[in-house]
Amino acid sequence: MGEQLPALIVATPLLFSFAIYLAGLWRRRLCYPLFLTSLALSAIFSLWLFFRVMIFGPISYPIGGWEPPWGIEYRVDHLSALIIASVATVALLVGLSFRGRVEGETEPSRWSQIYALFSLQLCGLLGMTVTGDVFNLYVLLEIASFSAYAIIAMGERGAEFFAFRYLIFGTIGACCYLLGVGHLYILTGSLNMADLSRLLPPLYPSRALLVGFALLVLGIGIKMAAFPLHTWLPDAYTEAPSSASAFLAPLSTKVASYVFLRILTGIFSPHFSLTSLGDAMGWVALAGAIFASLMALAQQRLRRVLCYLIVSEISFLLMGVASRTADGLRGAVLHLVNDMFMMGCLFTGACAILHQLGREELVALKGLCRKMPLTSAALLLGGLSIIGTPPLCGFFSKWYLVLGAIEARMWHIVIGLLVGSLLNTIVIFRILEKVYLGAGHQHGRLYWDGLPKGMVMGLVIFSLSLILLGVFASEIVAKAIDPWIPL
Amino acid sequence: MVRESLLPLFEVLLPLSGAMGILIFGERWRNLREATTIAASILTFLGALMMLEPVMEGINLRSEIFVALPGISFLLKVDMMGMVFLLLTSSLWVVISIYSIGHMRSLCEHAQTRFYLCFAMAIFGAVGVALSGNLLSLFVFYEILTVSTFPLVAHHEDEEAILAGRKYLAYLLGGASLAFFAILYGWESFGRMEFAPSGFIPLGSPKGVLLVLLLAFILGFGSKAALMPLHEWLPSAMVAPTPVSALLHAVAVVKAGVFTCLRVLLFVFGPEVLSSMGVSLGFGIFVAFTVIVANLLALREDHLKRRLAFSTINNLSVILLGGFLLSESGIRGAVLHIPFHGLMKITLFMCAGTIYVQTGKEYVSELDGIGHRMPLTMGAFALCALGLCGIPPICGFLSKWFLCLGALEVKQWVFLMVFLLSSFLDAAYFLPIVYRAFFCPGKDLGGIREAPPIMALPLVATAIGSVLLGIFPNLLFHFWDLAQGVAMLVMGGGM
Repeated sequence: MGEQLPALIVATPLLFSFAIYLAGLWRRRLCYPLFLTSLALSAIFSLWLFFRVMIFGPISYPIGGWEPPWGIEYRVDHLSALIIASVATVALLVGLSFRGRVEGETEPSRWSQIYALFSLQLCGLLGMTVTGDVFNLYVLLEIASFSAYAIIAMGERGAEFFAFRYLIFGTIGACCYLLGVGHLYILTGSLNMADLSRLLPPLYPSRALLVGFALLVLGIGIKMAAFPLHTWLPDAYTEAPSSASAFLAPLSTKVASYVFLRILTGIFSPHFSLTSLGDAMGWVALAGAIFASLMALAQQRLRRVLCYLIVSEISFLLMGVASRTADGLRGAVLHLVNDMFMMGCLFTGACAILHQLGREELVALKGLCRKMPLTSAALLLGGLSIIGTPPLCGFFSKWYLVLGAIEARMWHIVIGLLVGSLLNTIVIFRILEKVYLGAGHQHGRLYWDGLPKGMVMGLVIFSLSLILLGVFASEIVAKAIDPWIPL
Repeated sequence: MVRESLLPLFEVLLPLSGAMGILIFGERWRNLREATTIAASILTFLGALMMLEPVMEGINLRSEIFVALPGISFLLKVDMMGMVFLLLTSSLWVVISIYSIGHMRSLCEHAQTRFYLCFAMAIFGAVGVALSGNLLSLFVFYEILTVSTFPLVAHHEDEEAILAGRKYLAYLLGGASLAFFAILYGWESFGRMEFAPSGFIPLGSPKGVLLVLLLAFILGFGSKAALMPLHEWLPSAMVAPTPVSALLHAVAVVKAGVFTCLRVLLFVFGPEVLSSMGVSLGFGIFVAFTVIVANLLALREDHLKRRLAFSTINNLSVILLGGFLLSESGIRGAVLHIPFHGLMKITLFMCAGTIYVQTGKEYVSELDGIGHRMPLTMGAFALCALGLCGIPPICGFLSKWFLCLGALEVKQWVFLMVFLLSSFLDAAYFLPIVYRAFFCPGKDLGGIREAPPIMALPLVATAIGSVLLGIFPNLLFHFWDLAQGVAMLVMGGGM
């Protein structure tokens, strides 16, 4: 069964999404257990795949027995195994918190739809990580995006508008990507990534190829919300149902970032892509980190603050790539993984706050620590990890990012990383101050914060994972990231 | 000699488990919570004493916890230098936890569980700083200390306290990111992390790199040592409850800052590299500026705790200046001054806090005649104030003696004058307080009584301790031998 895993992790959530919808027509209560089963199975398969790849090396799986480059190849190497395992784990942990939450904020007639769409979303995200075919990647990207548009549109007042705006942006991004794929196909006649990386080098001087490369980067740049292409993100994720933002925000931009890394290093040679992007990427990312942190300071709603933090974290990741050193890339990948867990932790916390208080304005968080000590602790750990306080995981990725920039002697990136982190510190402490230093004995402490058990479990595991990821950072780098480093 | 041992790990875990216990017991079982604090502090102190003996024999206990990053492990190591700070922190934690129970309860402070929790976490950070074997673990604990002190500074939760807390974080986290850069740059340039007596940076390294590193380290870690112009947070942080001031000034925070600076100077750079750079005079003058200016500023402060704060800024720079002298006696004086100043300053702060609890007075000008009503408190205050001016036989005299000797050894007359002038200024702002308390006739003193034993005992104990340590500097803690050992170890590299 081990060889079938790459197909299984895509097929499982896909099939379950149909099953959830059909079961929902018959009995609404079946949706959530089925959804959770889908997440759990995906997580089990993903972790299994992860350990298999760590032990036996990369797996190649031809879909339907058609050998690459003719058929679609699913290919899992160390990097994709790491991303798959984190995506599926974070999805499961976020999914745990859905009982009671999703039911609370959507109409009963929508339950089957929203759970089916979540499952479909996971299918798209995992598919994007396993596929070794650029066109198949486009298909899965659209599966993930369209389910995201639909889920976001289910939010309250005005969500349809922002979902539509996201759809316009997302479609432009997808079109750019598809055009880029078209360029590559016309030039080489191949869609397989491994095949492309063999065929492309002689064509590097070609203008057409450079345009194709630019289109691919632009398309994925929109999907990963890289500054200045991020404008769709804060609105879409803030107006979405809180469960949806908890599910989408940690995962979808991160998987797009993975695809970005894959394009840079798996399709093109890292040398070509990093020199074509040049210094501009570092400067743009630097501006993005500063801008996003400043914007986060100006926000009044918790989820909007977190959304801008996502943009700033993506900029950190890009700065690591822009340093063009092995350590910078290590930092970028490690940050990608850590950020999924940190954002998962924070967004689940936001979910819990909305569940309990029904509002998320920062002023409403005053004295939260008395009422919801557990959620406050999760926000504290997540926040401290974002700003890179040791020994939480965020510190270790920042370590590699800064080290990479120093090795490359790119002082502007060093300064950007440090100043960006300091600005994030202000953002985070603006929240923590309200949570912990707000006045008040007035609230009584609630039993387990008054949250559903699943949500408590999710928050606790997320918080612990931030510490564990820090402790095992060197293991992750040595076993999972180093074999991939292309420089 | 190095021996693998789990003792340092246990020692670090003690305050952490104390913190967990405090969190579990909470407000509901407040007596158990306080018992946990005291038990953890006593155990930590005993643990430190247990490790003292092997360290005195020149054996360094090491425990490698896990490999944090390729080539860098999370390393704990006890050497003589760390032992000095560990003994100071753990012994004063016992004193201050007894005192803070009295203080917090008699003022009916809010959020006491958070207070004790963060206090224990801060001690956890400080003990970790003392026991760190390399720059990585040092930085980790340094940050834990920084973050866990923030809620203590902002304890009152009013606007002033929150502003002070923000200021504190801005200075310290800003400094920390500079230090973070320095650690990484050093690692990238030299590929080493672990502290070595007389430094791990090889002689003849490029001068530009060294200068950038030294600047980043001193400004980065110096923010915690309240080096001017990065000192502003310390007087502001005086809004916190008095036990917190004691924690900031004597037990953990600024001491950790100055300890870290000395660690970097002596165990990362080392005297040889520093003197080959030829910048120690420049840095010395930079630090000497703080020594004098802080004391001048202390002269005009009427708020008692703020005056004490400026005195701390002065003394920290005195310690740092001792490090920059790069002479055996200078280092010895600097290392000795860390625990001695801590002991005397904690007494002064406990006295200030006791005066506030008993009378509500915060300003020097209000203290007329108070010595007759609170003879124990003001007696302890007078003793330690004299000690800080360097009057024998109180322990401050010994460290200042060695500092002056250190300046003479390297023929830096300027710095000798700085030390002497600083002591003179110390007297100029401490003695008026003592004079007012005992010799000026007071008004409306009715109803003012001596402090209850739970507050009076700790401060009398530390005052007596500072006299005893002045007469028998090797008493119990072996500070004398430890300081001598550090100086010989560091200068043993040859000069």
